[in-house]
Amino acid sequence: MIEVENLFKKFGELQAVKDLSFKVEKGKIWGLLGPNAAGKTTTMRILTGYLPATDGKASVAGFDVFQQPNELKKNIGYLPEVLPLYPEMTVHSFLDFVAEIKQTPSSERKDAVEKVIDISGLASVRGRLIKNISRGFKQRVGIAQALIHDPQVLILDEPTIGLDPAQIKEIRQLIKSFKGERTILLSTHLLAEMTQTCDGAVIINEGNLMASGSLEELTASFKEKEGVVIKLRQHGKEIPSLLGKIPGVSKISQEVGEFTIEWGKGMDLRDEITKLIVDKELGLIEMRPLAMNIEELYLSAISGGLRQ
Amino acid sequence: MKNIWAISKKEVKTYFTSPIAYVVTTVFLVLVGFFFYSLILWFNSYSLQASRYPEAIQQLDINQMVYSPLFHNISIILLLTIPLLTMRLFAEEKKRQTEELLFTCPITVNQIILGKFFASLFVLFVMLLLTGVLSLFTFAYGNPELAPILNGYLGLFLMGAAFIALGIFFSSLTENQVVSAMLTFGALLLFLILSWATGSASGMLKDVLNYLSFVQHFDDMTRGILDTTDIVYYLSFIFFGLFLTHSVIQSRRWR
Repeated sequence: MIEVENLFKKFGELQAVKDLSFKVEKGKIWGLLGPNAAGKTTTMRILTGYLPATDGKASVAGFDVFQQPNELKKNIGYLPEVLPLYPEMTVHSFLDFVAEIKQTPSSERKDAVEKVIDISGLASVRGRLIKNISRGFKQRVGIAQALIHDPQVLILDEPTIGLDPAQIKEIRQLIKSFKGERTILLSTHLLAEMTQTCDGAVIINEGNLMASGSLEELTASFKEKEGVVIKLRQHGKEIPSLLGKIPGVSKISQEVGEFTIEWGKGMDLRDEITKLIVDKELGLIEMRPLAMNIEELYLSAISGGLRQ
Repeated sequence: MKNIWAISKKEVKTYFTSPIAYVVTTVFLVLVGFFFYSLILWFNSYSLQASRYPEAIQQLDINQMVYSPLFHNISIILLLTIPLLTMRLFAEEKKRQTEELLFTCPITVNQIILGKFFASLFVLFVMLLLTGVLSLFTFAYGNPELAPILNGYLGLFLMGAAFIALGIFFSSLTENQVVSAMLTFGALLLFLILSWATGSASGMLKDVLNYLSFVQHFDDMTRGILDTTDIVYYLSFIFFGLFLTHSVIQSRRWR
């Protein structure tokens, strides 16, 4: 549904996007993840036909981004990072206007507007001026305008930014409800957002692709590190060196009362570690396998650890 | 066509839901009314004096003595008011980043420009139409000729449209509305006073300056002369202004 091949974008000297390639399949929700200034917004602007690319190919919903801008725009719903709202219009008249410029046939326009008002939960503010409604409602108006022409693909730039936790949950549920029928690419720098809403992710930093794939693929590619995290009743300074004497241990780090012990791939030192703890009466409170959580995955990815 | 209509409708609504259209139109009408009033007073006293000389009565012509200077005055007031109508058209979209919505909708840049142009043109039309009230008095108490008056209005409308095209161009250059209005004022004044420079110029240069100046073309129209060169001048001015706007918007996105 969304295909990007070797995309480049330069702003003068600044290389905003470098050789970016990824693919999002139909009906999936993918996250475009990266720290601020990673090139997320630029990539989305190129995909929606707002900005031209310097080089490369991209197609959305089967339409070439650069060759068929009009067909492309008819099939994309886009929520920019800064909400494109006219504060002096009412919610209803704004949506009606957007439906009109997105070329909804006039006979279906009224229904289309009513439908998105209903889906986005805007019924209570439909007659109010946009400048007078809350941030959460404004965000909904933003999503409503993206949905109004019933597009196959939704491109959402930071859809939950600036919302309170309850609103974030509602917007996420709204986005998840489109799963299967629409293909969605959403950008975020929140990891929780990705794990909760997305099927997969493209992680970029400074315009470079760091990793991409489904969530399972991404976590699987990180299984090379093995080890345990243990929590002990004793906090003696000699503990790290004691643990380090176990043959095979490659790295020990200590953080707020927890020791992370790593070893090489294919080994299992859990028995040895337990034995040592029991022998030295260090008082084992907790032992869990070292799992790469999404946060570590992300940090490792943007620092180049996952570069394929 | 439908897209242009959609943009125009929205812009006209914005003009009339915000105070812009009302303030601009009111100030415009007050000033025009004042000029009309003083011209009529002057015409009145002149006709009283002229009534003693039969040959002077022959020369009394309300079209020449009231309407022609009135149209010139209106053109100056338009020069001062139209930049205020056009300054927000693109500058505001850019500042609020709503242009991202417009440019990712399946409509072309040309349709957006034309939509905004026609919306301003509509406000100009309303402004000029309302000054028609003044003519009720001249027709009730005198006998002016209608054709030259309509011709003068056509001149004002075309000239105003040219002002708007230039104003839209300057609005597309910046995201600051004051800058946009100031640049439009400056450019319009320059085009207006170009003809002053013709006094010291000669030959080819004089002809060129004369042709470029607003005044020369407008003068003919206020005196009831309908010449295609004048109409072509204004239409090409409008085309050029809108074409430049299109180039600015496209080049900004391609940079």
